[in-house]
Amino acid sequence: MTKLRITMAVNGEPADLLVDPDKTLLEVLREDLNLTGTKHGCELGECGACAVLVDGQPLLSCLLVAHECEGRQVTTVEGLVEDGRLHPLQECFADLGGAQCGYCTPGILITAKALLDREPHPSRELIKEALSGNLCRCTGYQQILDAVEEAARRNP
Amino acid sequence: MASNRPSAHLPIRPTGAAVIGRARRRVDGRAKVTGQTTFADDVMLPRMVHCRLLRSSVPHAKIVKVDISKAQALAGVHLVLTGEQFPTAYGILPVSHDEHALCRDVVRFVGDPVAAVVARDEATAEAAVNLIDVAYEPLRTFASPIDSLTYPEPRIHDYGDVGNVHKAVALQFGEVDDAIAKADHVFDDLFFFEGNTHLPLEQHATVATKDADGKLVVYSSTQTPHYLHRALAKALGIPAAHIRVIATPNGGGFGGKSDPFNHEVVVAYAAMRLDRPVKICLNREEVFYCHRGRHPVLMRFRAGVTNDGKLTGLDLQTLLDGGAYGSYGVASTFYTGALQTVTYDIPTYRFRGCRVFTNKPPCGPKRGHGTPQSRFGQEVQLDKIAERLSIDPADLRLNIVQPPDSLTANFLRVRTIGLSDCIKKVVERSGWRDKYRKLPHGKGVGLACSSYLSGAGLPINWNDLPHSGVQLKLDRSGGVTVFCGATEIGQGSDDVLVGIVAEVLGIDPFDVRAVTGDTDLTPVDLGSYSSRVTLMMGNAAIQAAERARELIADAVSTKLEIPKDRLVFAGRRVCDTEDPNKGCTFQEAVCMAEARFGTLGTTGSYTPPRSAARFKGGGVGPSPTYSYTAAVVEVDVDPDTGWVTVPRVWIAHDIGRALNPTLVRGQVEGGVYMGIGEALMEEQVFRRLPAKLSNALVHKFPSILEYKSPTSLDMPDVITDLIEDPDPAGPFGAKEVGQGPLLPIMPAVANAVYDAVGVRIDSIPVTPEKILRALEAKAAGKPARSGPASFPDILWPETLRVTPPWAGGDGRASNDPDRPTNRNVDAGVEARAAKAAWEKSTS
Amino acid sequence: MMRLPSYRYRAPKTVADAAAWLAESPAETMLLAGGTDLIPNMKRRQQTPSTVIGLRSIPELTAITRGQGLTIGSGVTLTGLVHDARVRAHYVGLWQAVAQIATPHLRNMGTIGGNICLDTRCTYYDQTFEWRKAIDFCMKKDGDTCWVATSSDRCLAVSSTDSAPALIALGATVTLVSAAGTREVALSDLYANDGMHYLTRRRDEILTAVRLPSGNGWRSTYWKLRRRGSFDFPVASVAAAARFDGDHIVDARIVLGAVASRPLEVPAASARLVGQALSNDLITAVADDAYALAKPMDNTDFELVWRKKVVRSLVTSALRELRGDDMREARTKLARHPLIVVS
Repeated sequence: MTKLRITMAVNGEPADLLVDPDKTLLEVLREDLNLTGTKHGCELGECGACAVLVDGQPLLSCLLVAHECEGRQVTTVEGLVEDGRLHPLQECFADLGGAQCGYCTPGILITAKALLDREPHPSRELIKEALSGNLCRCTGYQQILDAVEEAARRNP
Repeated sequence: MASNRPSAHLPIRPTGAAVIGRARRRVDGRAKVTGQTTFADDVMLPRMVHCRLLRSSVPHAKIVKVDISKAQALAGVHLVLTGEQFPTAYGILPVSHDEHALCRDVVRFVGDPVAAVVARDEATAEAAVNLIDVAYEPLRTFASPIDSLTYPEPRIHDYGDVGNVHKAVALQFGEVDDAIAKADHVFDDLFFFEGNTHLPLEQHATVATKDADGKLVVYSSTQTPHYLHRALAKALGIPAAHIRVIATPNGGGFGGKSDPFNHEVVVAYAAMRLDRPVKICLNREEVFYCHRGRHPVLMRFRAGVTNDGKLTGLDLQTLLDGGAYGSYGVASTFYTGALQTVTYDIPTYRFRGCRVFTNKPPCGPKRGHGTPQSRFGQEVQLDKIAERLSIDPADLRLNIVQPPDSLTANFLRVRTIGLSDCIKKVVERSGWRDKYRKLPHGKGVGLACSSYLSGAGLPINWNDLPHSGVQLKLDRSGGVTVFCGATEIGQGSDDVLVGIVAEVLGIDPFDVRAVTGDTDLTPVDLGSYSSRVTLMMGNAAIQAAERARELIADAVSTKLEIPKDRLVFAGRRVCDTEDPNKGCTFQEAVCMAEARFGTLGTTGSYTPPRSAARFKGGGVGPSPTYSYTAAVVEVDVDPDTGWVTVPRVWIAHDIGRALNPTLVRGQVEGGVYMGIGEALMEEQVFRRLPAKLSNALVHKFPSILEYKSPTSLDMPDVITDLIEDPDPAGPFGAKEVGQGPLLPIMPAVANAVYDAVGVRIDSIPVTPEKILRALEAKAAGKPARSGPASFPDILWPETLRVTPPWAGGDGRASNDPDRPTNRNVDAGVEARAAKAAWEKSTS
Repeated sequence: MMRLPSYRYRAPKTVADAAAWLAESPAETMLLAGGTDLIPNMKRRQQTPSTVIGLRSIPELTAITRGQGLTIGSGVTLTGLVHDARVRAHYVGLWQAVAQIATPHLRNMGTIGGNICLDTRCTYYDQTFEWRKAIDFCMKKDGDTCWVATSSDRCLAVSSTDSAPALIALGATVTLVSAAGTREVALSDLYANDGMHYLTRRRDEILTAVRLPSGNGWRSTYWKLRRRGSFDFPVASVAAAARFDGDHIVDARIVLGAVASRPLEVPAASARLVGQALSNDLITAVADDAYALAKPMDNTDFELVWRKKVVRSLVTSALRELRGDDMREARTKLARHPLIVVS
């Protein structure tokens, strides 16, 4: 099988790779770029653990053929830290119990970031809706919702 | 908040504790929000190759032939394995070593591993797996417990009680038949609890490799590295001293990663054979096949009740669908009958439980292990009793709560019990008195309670060794490293460990490094199961830290000439209580101790107190102390469709003492979440194709999409209260919280549905179909109920008869046959301990 | 990890190229739009095309244009549709249907064309190769028997699209383009009640656009039944649209979802409604029509008898909402969804 070349920006850094056409973005991130912060719970689009931002929109990397990301900006959980400082969402999740086992956390942080980028002060209902594609088996979501609300409060 | 330092704005508890009791960022919080936590599948090693398993496509068959030649010939394949390479059986319980890493003669369910391929990448391994030909000779399929009770042959296993009965037990405490016969009312109710599964978001993964000097190293998503360590030693015939198991942080466990698994043994073997790292990561479907989740349980509760709502006796029968292997099943069976008595005063009690083998993935310990099923039955029956006797269900329970510092009919030692406070709290917070039987048709509230172990009193492998060990290393840097075999599965065990050490030594948690879950580096902790870690590891950590404090205090006292009893450890300083300016930094203090005593290291360990129960089966149920929970659930039911929604849950949990309230609340709400899932939608169920056309018996939908786990939109609001009354048995008074809060949710939902629309749903999950069927039955003048209609006749073994403590019993069964025991203890000591316990409880 | 089988990937920039490449070997080629249906199916080896044509780089498929009504490119994402103010204002039923599809992430990826062409679903079919092997496969893929009803000579997999019932109720047509030419068909005619051959689209055709007539004078609604507030496909649904003259209905269409292998129109209902005001008796009669028609099978979540019963309740709710009754509370409870989305 002929490998195809992809060029994309991952967490602001250029990534230029040769990959098989049957690789998903999830596989490329974890196995070719060693960005193992992005998780997988089903690889079928049924759990939300693999969510990443593509051009600012939360998508499921397990369903995205890597070649379809040509020229696009990809942000993973590793890209949330800026200038050595945690993103306010990361601070709030860590402080308020938003992460228990931490396995769904990267996908949820990414999704919540997209939400706050669009709606800096969302209602709790809207946060629930925005995160309704991310399953969490540990928290019961309450502390996750609290953490997103608190991060929103810190938004200017 | 850049470090783990306690936030300055948080209130300081009156006890003066600096760390304990304060809401803090957990010590591993930063790693979890940055993606830095290394889960098993994130372990990437040089030269690593990949493993896939071939699993049985038939439910029950003899293996006639396994042809691996085509798979071996595929380019990129390094190794193909079958059952031939794995002659030695293993299993979690010593009484049921019935698993082989790969099946040898018989496959017992669709999903049972038959062969394994190791190849350069996962895709190649998968392709090779599909080239393996297996010839099967079908055997009868056992799809349900009734099949297994009806047909003794062929036996799914050649061990067990009889036929396809894995284990049947019968215990009686006092003259229960008399007590029920003499009661004012007798309630005889049947319940069913469908099986469900853990569904951790992380799929099980393992990486095995050889270390530099050729010894085996296994990284695995396991809750029980110690038991995996033992199983690998046995299954592979390698001395345990030459195996290192590293439990990677689990991406959720809930009991589903507590057994040693086939894939762990297979990749360990392959890594030794190939001399290179081998990884396996199961896909989601395979996780459903690993299972070890909630047993489907059919129950019959027969209770005698006085006019004022006191229980005179309870006669409980349970039938468990065990699936294809033993797993923890013997313990699970006893657990369905163990904890009824620690919540409520039940003066006479009989429990009979039976677990059968079927051709389905094995059941085992899921959060609550064996107790949620019968907790459901008991709490719904109490609701029925309250209804019939016109007593408010909260008052009925308050009237029968087991007293503190008591010994139950089955010789379980209850210490502190905050159940009454929990009930009062949820009654007050939910506005229960204004809602119960007062809401409009379609809306209702239900109440239920529960209790759970703070760690099992007995280890899985009976011995006198500590259940948890902690080591502390301190040096001139002022840094402290704490070592413990406990496993972080998301519950926060690393945080508990660090928090306790920091508290005792008066330093910041950020000054403490935790090394956990590594059998080479850390002393044994039995694992993250039975809600044992906080209590057992916590007590061991206190002991280790206090011993270190003692050494430091000796040195500082001598050097600075301050009487030792005036030294206080706080704020990273060691100083004189009477003159806080007199003292030194913690680092200086450690240097003084290192200079005086040499290299510093201390240990602590914990062994639970002996149980008063001396009868066979009495090993399941004892715990150093029990947690208690009460919950009120509000429901909304559409009488036209049965559609049920849960807007709100109030829950109060007797935690003893909350070490880190943020984590405690998270455990409570997570328990409510899992309870809501079990109550309303989660089911691990199977599909039997028409027997005339097919032998197939398959998991109905082994996917995250069709196994329904509630989303953020399905989750009710949860109002959580913690009841804090420190228990002397727990570290700083703490009890468990990981499992108990799940238990009252399912019965509270069923009770609320009755309050809303007047029908009893006596089977879990409470689905709209069942509600509508019951409503239609009610409209047709039939019993307003959905649930099982009968309990099969089971040939129970001779009942072991144990006289309750209040009737002069000593914890032994009057007809217990002498049994061999590998407990290396002086029976006289144990008998004296039991007698002392009994005397204490009655004094 | 579940991985894709190997295939040749091609990404045309124009519909013409896509159609030409598709014509090369239509039987072995599949079209990839959002990937939320095809990719899982390929990972489970339900579909194993040798060539995949990615439509994502074709700009002409992603426009929404206004004419008499609205023309929506098949590559418009479901999120794009939900954010369109014209859809929200004039095609409420479509908006409600699309806002409740799957999850926010999947709506960000999935397209309207993909949802219209969504493969029929079945709990005997939407399984891995290994699982299907354990039942000796089924008629829809690699086997002979329909295990849903073993005497059935056709596949009973379920139409699980949310958008199609809403679109059919609103009178939508679709454009199909092949190397041989272009045709426009009523969306209703795109479907056949056969789980395997559920689309009348030829394998060399690309669905490029869906066209809605003017929504003036129409009211529409969509009620969806599923277990959870997110993720789940419908297990029964109803789309209802009616044009009113005062209280009286001038034109009406009721379409059921997820109770057959195609979106199921209820012709008797339309006939019954025209010229009438929506009385309670009329609503009951129409609900009975729908109930009689619905044939759910035991191949989705929930029990089939119950799903059939709930159809009556769904139709009643939908018609009451069209009448102007305040159904917000009932809708929120059933949907477990606030019917709000991130802007």
